[in-house]
Amino acid sequence: MTIDYAKVGLKVGLEIHQQLNVGSKLFCSCPPELFKEDPEITFLRRLRPTQSELGQIDPAAYFEFQKGVKILYEANRKSSCLVEMDEEPPHPINLDAVQVVLTASLMMNMQPVDEVHVMRKTVIDGSNTTGFQRTCIIALDGWIKVGEKIIPMQASSLEEDAARKTGTQDEGKTIRYRIDRLGIPLIEVATAPVIYSPMEAQEVAFAIGRILRDTGKVMRGLGTIRQDLNVSLPNGALIEIKGVQELELISTVVDYEVQRQLGLIAIKEDLAKCGVNHESLKSDFVDVTDIFKETKSKVIRKAVDKKQKVLAVKLQGFAGLTGRELMPNFRLGSELSDRAKFWGRVGGIFHTDEVLANYSITAEEVEALRKAVGAAETDAVVFVADTAENTQDALKAVVERAQEACTGIPAETRTAKDDGTTRYMRPRPGAARMYPETDIPPQMITDELVHKVMSNLPEPAEKKLARLVKQYGLNEKLGKQLIDSEYGSLFEVTVKESGVAASTVAAFLTETTKALKREGIQLDNVSDEQIKSIFKAVGSGELAKEAIADVFSWLSKNEGKTVQDAIGALGLKMFTEADLAPVIDRVIAANKAQVDKLGKNAFGMLMGAAMKEVRGKANPELVGKLLRERLK
Amino acid sequence: MSQIENSGYKGEALRQLKLADCDIGDIIRVTSKSKVYEGILIPRAELGEGTIVIVKMKSGYNVGINVTKEVKVEKIGKGTKPAFASPSIPKQNPALPHVVIMSTGGTIASRVDYRTGAVRSAISASDLYGVVPELADVARVDTEIVYSIYSENLTQKNWTELAQKVAERIEQGVDGIVIAHGTDTMAYTSAALSFALQNLPVPVIVVGAQRSSDRPSSDAATNLIGAVKAAGEAPFAEVCLVMHESVSDIATVVHRGTKVRKCHTSRRDTFKSINGFPIAKVKNLQVTMETDQYQRRDPKKKLVLKPNFSEKVALVKFYPGLDPAVIDFYVEKGFKGILLEGSGLGHVSKFCFDSIKNAVAKGVLVALASQCIWGRVNMNVYDTGRDLLSFGVVPLDDMFPETGLVKLMWVLGQTSDVEEAKKLLKTNIAGEFSSRTLPQDKIVEGAQ
Repeated sequence: MTIDYAKVGLKVGLEIHQQLNVGSKLFCSCPPELFKEDPEITFLRRLRPTQSELGQIDPAAYFEFQKGVKILYEANRKSSCLVEMDEEPPHPINLDAVQVVLTASLMMNMQPVDEVHVMRKTVIDGSNTTGFQRTCIIALDGWIKVGEKIIPMQASSLEEDAARKTGTQDEGKTIRYRIDRLGIPLIEVATAPVIYSPMEAQEVAFAIGRILRDTGKVMRGLGTIRQDLNVSLPNGALIEIKGVQELELISTVVDYEVQRQLGLIAIKEDLAKCGVNHESLKSDFVDVTDIFKETKSKVIRKAVDKKQKVLAVKLQGFAGLTGRELMPNFRLGSELSDRAKFWGRVGGIFHTDEVLANYSITAEEVEALRKAVGAAETDAVVFVADTAENTQDALKAVVERAQEACTGIPAETRTAKDDGTTRYMRPRPGAARMYPETDIPPQMITDELVHKVMSNLPEPAEKKLARLVKQYGLNEKLGKQLIDSEYGSLFEVTVKESGVAASTVAAFLTETTKALKREGIQLDNVSDEQIKSIFKAVGSGELAKEAIADVFSWLSKNEGKTVQDAIGALGLKMFTEADLAPVIDRVIAANKAQVDKLGKNAFGMLMGAAMKEVRGKANPELVGKLLRERLK
Repeated sequence: MSQIENSGYKGEALRQLKLADCDIGDIIRVTSKSKVYEGILIPRAELGEGTIVIVKMKSGYNVGINVTKEVKVEKIGKGTKPAFASPSIPKQNPALPHVVIMSTGGTIASRVDYRTGAVRSAISASDLYGVVPELADVARVDTEIVYSIYSENLTQKNWTELAQKVAERIEQGVDGIVIAHGTDTMAYTSAALSFALQNLPVPVIVVGAQRSSDRPSSDAATNLIGAVKAAGEAPFAEVCLVMHESVSDIATVVHRGTKVRKCHTSRRDTFKSINGFPIAKVKNLQVTMETDQYQRRDPKKKLVLKPNFSEKVALVKFYPGLDPAVIDFYVEKGFKGILLEGSGLGHVSKFCFDSIKNAVAKGVLVALASQCIWGRVNMNVYDTGRDLLSFGVVPLDDMFPETGLVKLMWVLGQTSDVEEAKKLLKTNIAGEFSSRTLPQDKIVEGAQ
């Protein structure tokens, strides 16, 4: 589908979040590290919606509270202390983090505020042990240039990252969160909604990412950067899409969202044509458990065996529509399903627009089902198997979503998947409910500090490119790649410390890492220090440059090991003089006749023979030197 | 009425705000050298630069703006008063017990004005039901604000008054009393009330919160529900303190008022029973007794009120090099009692001996508890202890210093006769002494 984005009136705003690497968290001294092991500490909490004098209560949060949702937090003592557990007040704000945000803000021509006030933004889904996220504005109103266009920047803020969800239990009534990530400093940068095409959104995100990387203080790797997109169409809705992890995915996400909104607008029109409206869709749920008593469907069987229920509802006039594709592998039925999962804590739903035989549901069962809910040919039926309470909540959510389909596109918060599609996350929260974090004193941003940061701003990308090309003799293309690479900041220091040729280092940090990523190598498992060590080993002759990628790959699969371990395990140890002597003796002996005949002129032939034996394990210069000595 | 005078602003900021007729909550515009800020004027609670004005922007964020002479401040809109409709009181179930919640100033219930960030306490019954709706299923609740002060500012006079007010309510025939209290000195108040309110017919429960109740993660609701449940229904009738059992929102525990101490600056489970164990637990709205050694609830019992405390009692913590002049000072100032917080089994240095002997000779009641907190003093083991005993120092066995201090204040509030006071000090009034010291944890070590 080709879409004329200008014609449909697409508007996109970006919010880029990236973790800062300043050695510790934002409000305590814990290291910004995640853990993979079983937790040493778990504790159970409930978060209550607090009363506001504005009288607003977050609907999703209130619903979860009423349902008795509990949160099980997981921690270990290496990555979190009492502050993350909400058992100790926060420490004063990490000034290094403030300075990094200030640096990025000034690079984006923003105006720093005179005094920073940390706020509490109410978030009671459990992702923050406190029930709020601490956040503060550092600077406002700037701009960056992307191509020929000036993109206005609204604000830059500094905030604490949230805990990460690790699962649910007790039929969804207990949500598990790991608090290792909680408190890692995040920079948030927001553009004005002045981006008009998917590709432009991606280019702006790249430009911002480059600036953030230029501070030299941002984290790298999966989960360290998250892009939120605000996508709106004049006839659609403003949709907030959270957590796009890959920059390259942004254009796809925007494109799919436009497709989804256009598809939903078409569905609305089709429903109107058929006379289906809000009132046509009733919450008349029918217990159809008996129909599935003997079912072969595994999912339903499991529920029936547990004495749970199968509940069904008719969606009048929805036959064919629930199955209509809105994005690749995503139908209106998926929208209904997402709502059911969120509000009803169920694993999913079934609807009559899908091939139910795939779930071993028979035609007879479907027939009985249709009869039970009184569905006509033009109606769809949605059914779900779970506890009585969950099925009720799930179908209630399904009917609500179907009703919304009659009136347009619901404004909501969605989450981005790896394939670029998005799923329902939660209703859009009301106006941000923020109040001051009184435990943290305000922080002045003095003119002296601004001047200090201003006079130490990193080199802008264009200048840096020109310098890299000139100073290191790189070609323009490689230079550009280096500037866009996540590893770009490693280039100069690695060249300097290892003495390896600049082009070798640059090629590895750009093309090779990209290729390795495509092959499925987990780049994040190898630290900057390890990368530098690899090159130092090359520089000192311990490792052949041809083996760099192999060592890197091995390290990514063997966390906690050293470059020396890799060299040993891969049998890449370079030959020393002593190791080479017998090889050269052997080569000379094997070619004795030629050596006698040609004398010194046998060098070329002998060199070829020797290198054949030791390629990748010996420095050719060393082999040549030894050979020459022997031929004397 | 203008709030600007008491809003924390001063200097150039205050001058400019007044000049522009701005009040807290008004929408203002501040135009500085390069920027224009618009938003709601927020009070300045912090001590800091006198030139900063705080504005809450449309995004909800507060920012501080430096107001120099070149900066222009304008009022562009009048503030609107936040409207808050208190939820109506749910129908009271006559079958539920009647509990009175008395508040002394801890913000056990509060709500936030998101407009200005102000936190207001919410202590009327309807507010409480609004903040903790589950209470409606636990008890019929009445509320009374006794004080609105930080707990560190409470004195012996407040204990006396509080005990009297509790007694009045009990005379009226309620099923239990809950006292909402700041956690800092909550254990002192618990001990004081334990001595002042004897032969209780119903429970008196002191409760607080370690995370203020304006936060979603506050422990206040769990603690309050536990306290009201225990006050209304538990089979005991003692002064107790109810707080979180652990860092989780799973259960609250009921500590005896004389055996409980704040042991952590910030954790939810900061209160621990010292040289004893919680007497009950409240979990899933069920009260479970953990011992059968307790005073029974019995509405027929006649409360004995003994609310007086001496203010002439001092705590002297021993440390290496303590100058005995400290002890002399209290004696000269006319103090009637000194609680020595001794080291180990109950010792102070020999350099203090003369001062202690002098104090006793002047009619000062000198008692000793151990700064170890855990365990029992035994002053027969070493010479120093035996010497102190011979001077007339009264060992307080397994009472930890804070309860010992409160008891000494209470004893000297009851009598001025030193011998009588000594006798009373050694009499077990409210479970402050126990004859057995048990290991605090179950120990299973070395077994195969």
